[in-house]
Amino acid sequence: MSHPIFRVIQAGPLAQLQDAGRFGVRHLGLTQGGPMDLESWALANQLLDNAWGCAVLEITVGGLILECLEDVDCAMTGADLGATVDKSPIPLWQSLPLKKGQRLAFGSPKQGLRAYLAVKGGFDAPRFLESCASVQREQLGGHKGDGSRLSREDVLFASTLFESASVHKKTQPRAFDQITDLDLIPGAQVHLFSGRSLFQAFNHVWKVDLRADRMGVRLTGNPLQVKLPSLISEGIGLGAVQVPPDGCPIVLLNDRQTIGGYPKLGSLTPLACARLAQVQPGQSVRFRACGQIAASEAYAQFLSRFQ
Amino acid sequence: MMKTARLAPRIEHAGVDAWTVRLFDDIAEENMPWILSLVKGCEALFSEALIDIVPSYTTVWIQYNLTKLSSQVSRQMLVSLLQDLRLLDISHAGSIKEIPVWYHSSVGPELERLQDAKGLSLGEVIAFHTENPFRVFALGFAPGFAFMGSLPDALVLPRLSTPRQQVAVGSVAIAERQTAAYPQATPGGWNVIGRTPLRLFDPQREAMSYLQVGDRVQFVSITQQEFKRLGGDDR
Repeated sequence: MSHPIFRVIQAGPLAQLQDAGRFGVRHLGLTQGGPMDLESWALANQLLDNAWGCAVLEITVGGLILECLEDVDCAMTGADLGATVDKSPIPLWQSLPLKKGQRLAFGSPKQGLRAYLAVKGGFDAPRFLESCASVQREQLGGHKGDGSRLSREDVLFASTLFESASVHKKTQPRAFDQITDLDLIPGAQVHLFSGRSLFQAFNHVWKVDLRADRMGVRLTGNPLQVKLPSLISEGIGLGAVQVPPDGCPIVLLNDRQTIGGYPKLGSLTPLACARLAQVQPGQSVRFRACGQIAASEAYAQFLSRFQ
Repeated sequence: MMKTARLAPRIEHAGVDAWTVRLFDDIAEENMPWILSLVKGCEALFSEALIDIVPSYTTVWIQYNLTKLSSQVSRQMLVSLLQDLRLLDISHAGSIKEIPVWYHSSVGPELERLQDAKGLSLGEVIAFHTENPFRVFALGFAPGFAFMGSLPDALVLPRLSTPRQQVAVGSVAIAERQTAAYPQATPGGWNVIGRTPLRLFDPQREAMSYLQVGDRVQFVSITQQEFKRLGGDDR
């Protein structure tokens, strides 16, 4: 059974459902999708005791207004987009009950870029290849199954309706820094960069460009020098930092193309990608080199906290 | 005959939960059975711990589940697999898939540019494009988009300096030594020389992508009437 729980009064620029992502299909050229800020997404589910992978609404920039069609427990994490219920500000990073008839509205970013709205039991949506992750470019996933973003008058469904919990959980709010440090595992192609460029890559500050979306985030700063303009295309993972001939790194994210041939500095860790997803265009980031084994262990620990 | 001695594989970091195994340095058709053999080996060995695997030209990118395998163990598994890698008899790698194409300037906007640049008649372009089967080196760019090669010298033409906003679905195109058919209407910078009526990617179909890495592909010239009969859209 599926229950209508929200009606979209105003859609805003970009709101879409994301579960953990679509896997096992990269060899066909299908991308991953899933939450840009994995950590906030996972915490939103955890606050409601939802299983890993439940679909959550990812709200980019704000501007969304939803009307509650049923009483429902929800949790909000990620960016502070000035969320209100019936015009009163509501707390983030904790679960809270919403009542039928209330209006949940998102304003504009105060901190971060992407907020996550989870409902108890998860949103219900058509699944394709075991996932309802929205990928607009591939016309897959989301509340309608065709990759489309929310639009006015759309209805969102919950898998199950629950009694409101008697106790509401809280979690530590995410810190947003002036300059976001991003852990980067140097890759096998670092030798393609001049020594000076490698120094600059890790010791200068990079600005997030306006060309930043779910496919990737371009960074601007002192351009890096690469010895080869392009290589033979190879599979690329989440967080790969590729450098095209203009010398400005592009961090490849959830909706990236599955193969690519630009030289790579290395890969951001998944948690660094999650931090980057909250950095607004014009704000600054810094790469911090880290070892692969330590980063793998840290990520395995992160996963074990939620799975 | 191929010998194992040609292989000098390298295992490279590709993030917290992925490796790039580099088997070759150059693009060659003979690479592909080795690449596929490694894919099969990884699928068997990693089994449930395998998340995704992407073969491409000279490499195999593999992502595994960190809650099931540590990074050190996964690397050791790849090392042992590579030490004993054998060329599998992969029957589907030998099979040939056909792609019917209506080669015509009304659906191939760069056909005349190609003919002028290379001094070829339409018949000669078709002859060169259908003379021998090509090999699928990689899938990517878009779902089901297969990079095939290698084209003969006569058809080698650089990409468009400005990509088109929209390339029609089914467009058959060439760029440098490669050829491809567009499964969706997307922006693209390749030289379009014809169109196929085949549905190359269908999420509702069992084999979503008509083409897989390692396939051999034979292009076949068809008339406008056949193109339409096979369901092609000539607008």
